[in-house]
Amino acid sequence: MNRSALRRTGQLLLVPILAVCSALLVGAAIMWLFGDNPVAAYYGLWEGAFGSPRAWSTTIRKMTPLMLTGLSVAIAFKAGLFNIGASGQFIMGTVCSVAVGVNFAGLPSVVHLPLALLAGVAGGLFWGAIPGLLKVFTGAHEVIVTIMLNYIASLFAAWTVYAGGTQGQTPGPLWDSTAGAISRTPEVFVSARLPWIVAEPYRVHWGVVIALLVALLSWWIIFKTTLGFSLRTVGTNAKAARYAGMHVHGITILTMMVAGGLAGLAGAIETLGLNHRFAPEFTGGVGFDGITVALLGQTHPLGVILSAFLLGALDAGSARMQFSSGVSVDIIQVIQALVLAFVAAPMIIRQLYRIRKPSDQAESTLFSSRWGRS
Amino acid sequence: MSNSATPVLEARNITKLFPGVVANEDIHLTLQKGEILALLGENGAGKSTLMHIIFGLYRPTRGEIWVNGAPVVMKNPRTALQLGIGMVHQHFQLVPVMSVTDNVMLGDERVKGGFLDRDAVAARIRELSQKYGLEVDPDALIEDLPLGVRQRVEILKALYRNAQILILDEPTAVLTPQEAEGLFAVMETLRRQGESIIFITHKLKEVLRIADRIMVLRGGRVVGHADPQTTTQQQLAAMMVGREVLLTVDKGPADPGEPVLELDGLRVASDLGTPALRGVSLQVRAGEILGVAGVQGNGQTELVEAITGLRRVEGGRVVMNGTDMTNASPRRITHEGRSSHVPEDRHAYGMVDVYSIADNLVLNQYYRAPFASGITIQTEPIAEHARALVDTFDVRTPDIAMHAGGLSGGNQQKMVVAREFSRPIRLLIAAQPTRGIDVGSIEFIHQQIVAKRDEGVAVLLVSAELDEIMALSDRIAVIYKGEIIGIVNRADATREGLGLLMAGVRPGSHE
Repeated sequence: MNRSALRRTGQLLLVPILAVCSALLVGAAIMWLFGDNPVAAYYGLWEGAFGSPRAWSTTIRKMTPLMLTGLSVAIAFKAGLFNIGASGQFIMGTVCSVAVGVNFAGLPSVVHLPLALLAGVAGGLFWGAIPGLLKVFTGAHEVIVTIMLNYIASLFAAWTVYAGGTQGQTPGPLWDSTAGAISRTPEVFVSARLPWIVAEPYRVHWGVVIALLVALLSWWIIFKTTLGFSLRTVGTNAKAARYAGMHVHGITILTMMVAGGLAGLAGAIETLGLNHRFAPEFTGGVGFDGITVALLGQTHPLGVILSAFLLGALDAGSARMQFSSGVSVDIIQVIQALVLAFVAAPMIIRQLYRIRKPSDQAESTLFSSRWGRS
Repeated sequence: MSNSATPVLEARNITKLFPGVVANEDIHLTLQKGEILALLGENGAGKSTLMHIIFGLYRPTRGEIWVNGAPVVMKNPRTALQLGIGMVHQHFQLVPVMSVTDNVMLGDERVKGGFLDRDAVAARIRELSQKYGLEVDPDALIEDLPLGVRQRVEILKALYRNAQILILDEPTAVLTPQEAEGLFAVMETLRRQGESIIFITHKLKEVLRIADRIMVLRGGRVVGHADPQTTTQQQLAAMMVGREVLLTVDKGPADPGEPVLELDGLRVASDLGTPALRGVSLQVRAGEILGVAGVQGNGQTELVEAITGLRRVEGGRVVMNGTDMTNASPRRITHEGRSSHVPEDRHAYGMVDVYSIADNLVLNQYYRAPFASGITIQTEPIAEHARALVDTFDVRTPDIAMHAGGLSGGNQQKMVVAREFSRPIRLLIAAQPTRGIDVGSIEFIHQQIVAKRDEGVAVLLVSAELDEIMALSDRIAVIYKGEIIGIVNRADATREGLGLLMAGVRPGSHE
């Protein structure tokens, strides 16, 4: 790496790092105001995230889906699209992978597992294709469409596991009939599960390796291939892309599909590697956290790895923090929100620390440049 | 303070340093009451920096500003406005969806009983319009107004704030020749009424037409003063660029070959769905330059977009090298049609500001060998290509890895030209190829266009500058309301004759 590249990397990292530090400081101030001891809290947080092999395994487990949903949002950003729908795509990925995982008894693992993973990718991909197609053919903005598809996905998922009603309503197709009144699916067959790298009690599965490889692959595609070149051109200047003969519509649809597929993969991995079944309460906020991860990572695939690690660690350490210092885990939500606010509004950070805007705004992050008609 | 010898504005020993750059060096400027001072210089000569200092947007590193014989500290534009200095920026600072009245009072709203007093403001606008000959309807929405009228609103904004000194930054860059004439008439009225004007430009003809005094900047320094009565365009150009400049293009007679581009009854709709081209038929032959003249907005943009595949053709045919290319994709038109396109709006279409110069130079070639191998981008051949082109086409940059948005306008255009001219082509479509760029770059680009013609390339040149059309074309087609109203050989063309055609007067008609 030559010097100017080093400098650029430094500039890229500066705001996120300061944003995290500022968020932690403000978080500490809030704790102090409420009479809690921030030092004890952060010590607990550190212990819970990195203090033992067990803590490390939790951090790794938590960062895995965040990496993929973060990539989902980041890649869309690169093409000038704001994918708020990682949450819904994650759910669709989960449902589809479970549907394959609880069926096809007796398939060998080499077939069953890839099939279940692919089903998850396909589910998310399909869910991402809808806003892409609607944007291209009707001009509907992807933000609105993906938000609505999030609701549809979550209701659809709830229906698939619906336990049926006392008045004889039909249960959902994926419902676990042995669960009584609980809405959930049966566990997926062992042949469809991701194997452990480190088994109980650490429970680290191969998903983290898949996610890391996908992140590297995304980096390579975005920055080293012709497809990535046209994707970034569409994202920064759609008119110039058209002038240069790029297929703006095709790239818009493809990008939304890839973004959906990545979030779908996150859902599949989380299910096949960890939960082994789907229950509505598992959906969580991993999809939405992907937005924080992508922005904190400056929409750069390698940055996403770092920010997913950080957010994963915050999540992993929070339980220990509450246990050892009595500070509610909710403070972690506050810190995450502060991180997002500082990263999304970099002017605050620049003012606070008197950093000049880099003179060469080389490929700075453009947040959804294409409102309205594409 | 009525002593007429006291300048209304004086800048003394202004020096402005940016990291690594001396933008202004020891500049003296005086402006008298009722005077038009032209500030002439190429892009990057330091004109804008100096004006930003006077308008309070930058602080000078050294030097003082005096207004009406007293030193002042320009903290920000508000101070400048309070001191009676108004600025009309090249890119208008207007809110398109708001009315003229609202735009004029924005930031200085007049309130009556808690509500905006629009009537009082509108009355004041009418009064000012009358006084200075700035015709404008206070109730019109900005987005409905042509650029020339929007500029009047900008001037009104300054006058409404009682500006006695007006800074006009490249005011004619966006105007048609007729609108520019209108602006000059307004400037003359303003001068008569005792306003002082600083007129920033790089157009020599305009300077000689309107200025009382000319000050020339180059490389951040004052390199000379001139009196418009006694100076010539040649002398001004030489002062500006620092060497002799060819204002006319040196070219031999054309040797036209077979037709390369044929348009047959082309019909195209505008963005609003109204007809923009109503059956345009043209032929451009190998080795000739066909100039399309016309007042802006008569279908030139749509014509170029239809030929290059950026706009749907509703009727008629586009034929390149004998092959039908009607509604073909831009990529097919580029490669199969062996054509190049210098777009009229280089920022919107011609380049990606945040990309490096190297990447911009392969914007429509990036997927082909040697710039790509399979699906991977090949950085080294792209850099090599860039180094060669930057050299050949004189794009002045310290580094090909620099983002293209950081180049001056002239160098950006040379970059676009380098990309489009370096391919083996048979057809060149150049739309407003020298809009908004400096004299030195214009000269270079004109030479390159003629060189392409001499190589046997068919050139379609679309330009709003009649001088450019006259200087380069072998044949001239005049477009009026989406129709080609006449085609004349360059040898038979006169400014007057073309002017009549541009106004829609058909030859032989008795109107």
